[in-house]
Amino acid sequence: MQPDLSVEIAGLKLRNPVMTASGTFGYGEEFSQYVNLETIGAFVTKGLSLKPRAGNPTPRIVETPGGMLNAIGLQNVGIEAFIQKKVPFLRTVNTPAIANFFGYTPEEYAELATRLDTIPEVAALEVNISCPNVKQGGIVFGTDPSCAASVVKACRAATSKPLIVKLSPNVTDIVEMAQACEGEGADALSVINTLTGMAIDLERRRPVLANVTGGLSGPAIKPVALRMVWQVSKAVKVPVIGIGGIMSASDALEFMLAGATAVQVGTASFVNPGAAQEIAQGMERWLIDHGVDDVRSLIGALQA
Amino acid sequence: MQFKAMILDNAEVSPGYFRMRMTAPPEILTAQPGQFVMVRVNPSIDPLIRRPFGVFDVGVQQPGYTGAAAQPYLEILYRVVGKGTAMLATLHNTDLLDIIAPLGTGFDFGPAGEEKLIVGGGVGLAPLYLLAKELVKQSPVRLFAGGRTKDDVLCITEFERLGVECYTATEDGSLGECGFVTKVLEQRLDCTANQGRIFACGPHGMLQAVAGIAARRKVPCQVSLEGYMACGVGACLGCVCEGAGHSADTPDYRCVCSEGPVFEATELKWEGA
Repeated sequence: MQPDLSVEIAGLKLRNPVMTASGTFGYGEEFSQYVNLETIGAFVTKGLSLKPRAGNPTPRIVETPGGMLNAIGLQNVGIEAFIQKKVPFLRTVNTPAIANFFGYTPEEYAELATRLDTIPEVAALEVNISCPNVKQGGIVFGTDPSCAASVVKACRAATSKPLIVKLSPNVTDIVEMAQACEGEGADALSVINTLTGMAIDLERRRPVLANVTGGLSGPAIKPVALRMVWQVSKAVKVPVIGIGGIMSASDALEFMLAGATAVQVGTASFVNPGAAQEIAQGMERWLIDHGVDDVRSLIGALQA
Repeated sequence: MQFKAMILDNAEVSPGYFRMRMTAPPEILTAQPGQFVMVRVNPSIDPLIRRPFGVFDVGVQQPGYTGAAAQPYLEILYRVVGKGTAMLATLHNTDLLDIIAPLGTGFDFGPAGEEKLIVGGGVGLAPLYLLAKELVKQSPVRLFAGGRTKDDVLCITEFERLGVECYTATEDGSLGECGFVTKVLEQRLDCTANQGRIFACGPHGMLQAVAGIAARRKVPCQVSLEGYMACGVGACLGCVCEGAGHSADTPDYRCVCSEGPVFEATELKWEGA
């Protein structure tokens, strides 16, 4: 019997729980040669801002043991070019596209949410709250519960599409952040964004990245991500999307046991552009091998 | 395309430099000079990210045993610089690699008949052999190969076999002219009153010097760049370089992997230019 891999996130039906993570999959088209997009649950596009952003000076990335640091600096084409140049491709794919976006004030977030709300090809919105709030001394929205809440509130008022909030792990208590976002109407939570880190060039006595610090991703962060997904999913009612170092079907299934309804594959797509598709296929095989007929039966089924 | 390649040969051609031949699907024969490949060194998570290498050569070889089908192959030339290349250097015949190829935008050959001036520094020669192989079909080709010592000047015999006239320069004078390869390039441009077209790949300082010479002498020039990249397909945006109009206020970044790695020298920003 074919197992049922479909899951639902805030009314958005996915053929399987595997999505691609924002910033690792371009706008979908970059990978269409390597992945049959119609074999994955959804794909999340590169984070959008109101105006195009050029990003940081180089070096922007560096490999670290089991992972990589990036300080791309949120380079993106901006909402206008997204609508003109990227949305036509989304129309050609029978898989939900989720638009990730960010701003520097709650008003900017709201304006982006309003504009994305009108695009039929955008199935859902994912809010990146790991950005500095320029009105409050640059504190990162996602590290302060009231700042995070203000962003979610502004976005919630601006869209009726499913609203996913991507949480920053660079906090003392991620549960507090998750509850603040759920309280303002987030439909789902993506857990986690990258962990802030740095790499040093000993001989030059300088940081490797031009930006000094960057976001750590890849298998190195998986244990932290699993722990946070587990904590958050126990504390909120909305679905959690597990992210962090997923390289294989078994990684993805572990996140589901920890409480994730779906997962996002990020850095793995750089290493193997077909990763998301292979992970979805591997999950199906695992379910068959273990006689599990519905993937949803694994969500939060961790015996702890 | 993504494929599993079997290593056919992995020989140290000069101390610290290796030339690796591996099997490839027939589509590899469409690779353009200047394009590159992304190699996954092993299936584990360390090293995690693929390594980019210029396409040194592609072709078809006839295995030695009776009845064997002709085998398309891909060659890369690499220097051991870190963890990934050190691991590559330990691989043997019949070991497998995961390859994505061919990637990026290659060289524009320019009109047939004009003199082609190929400039390579050290392992920067890697993407220039396939270029020379194509250019000799339509034009006279000269190679200017430089390195710190004679050990850093690679595969000159292979270029000579193509009928390329080769000039060498080393910083310690152990091979060819003593000094930078750009000196030899300028001597040639003096002789021909700045005729021809330059194709360069090598360390950033050499590329900058070549771009400066090309600009001063009004010789068309393309350069092939290196960049730290994770994906090779224009998604990670890690490998950008600065375009000619770049400044802090008006950023102009170009993606090395998808818009390059070959650029017209005039498209890019060069320090002190």
